[in-house]
Amino acid sequence: MKLPALLATLVTGALLLYGTADFAVWGDPKSPPNSNISVHYVEQAVKETHVPNIVTAILGDYRGYDTMFELVVIYCAGMAVMGILRRREDS
Amino acid sequence: MKITSHEARERISHRDTILETTVRLMIPFIQLYGLYVIVHGHYSPGGGFQGGVVLGASLIMFALAFGLTASKNYMTESLNIIIANAGALIFTGIAALCALLGGMFLDYSVLANILPIDPISWRSHGIFLVEVGVGMGVMTIMISIYWDMASAGRLDEGL
Repeated sequence: MKLPALLATLVTGALLLYGTADFAVWGDPKSPPNSNISVHYVEQAVKETHVPNIVTAILGDYRGYDTMFELVVIYCAGMAVMGILRRREDS
Repeated sequence: MKITSHEARERISHRDTILETTVRLMIPFIQLYGLYVIVHGHYSPGGGFQGGVVLGASLIMFALAFGLTASKNYMTESLNIIIANAGALIFTGIAALCALLGGMFLDYSVLANILPIDPISWRSHGIFLVEVGVGMGVMTIMISIYWDMASAGRLDEGL
């Protein structure tokens, strides 16, 4: 049982490492992540949201859907732990 | 390592003055810092997740020093669950309210229909409101998971 698990881990890790070869060059101003939507965020975020911290503006407003489900994931994790572990005194 | 509840009670009975005094002195500052991190998320690194974790850690520290049952005097089980649900409902409720008011889901600027201030300022205030919801949810879920993990779900003395 341990050998297939190790193999699966190694293969997945190798695939992920292989995938990083396609990442944009770090700091390249012409790469897609730096030339597409982030330019709009950097230039317009403060004007559009009045939030000086651009990270908060993106997290709470532009990417609010993501943040909402982050909270839902944490909530579900807590409810799952509670449902599995919590026991009443009398039971 | 699994310990029986009798052993746990033995350990709890060895109360430590230095530990308890230190924790009692530190908790107000930790909680104030947690609130600061949530409220100041617009201007500095921070926000609901980080501040909520700091607030939850303050009560976990109390539970470690004074015992798990003592911590339940300050945050009861039912209050904990109520705050967790309220936190999740604040976020999803504000998001749905924006959609009901005719805007996009999570488009806080349409909240200006309720309270008429500048729609762009509402985007800032909407972020703050949902961050408060995030902080409430994260704080209570942290405490709840600690309670369950430390006492194997019995919520007696545990660690």
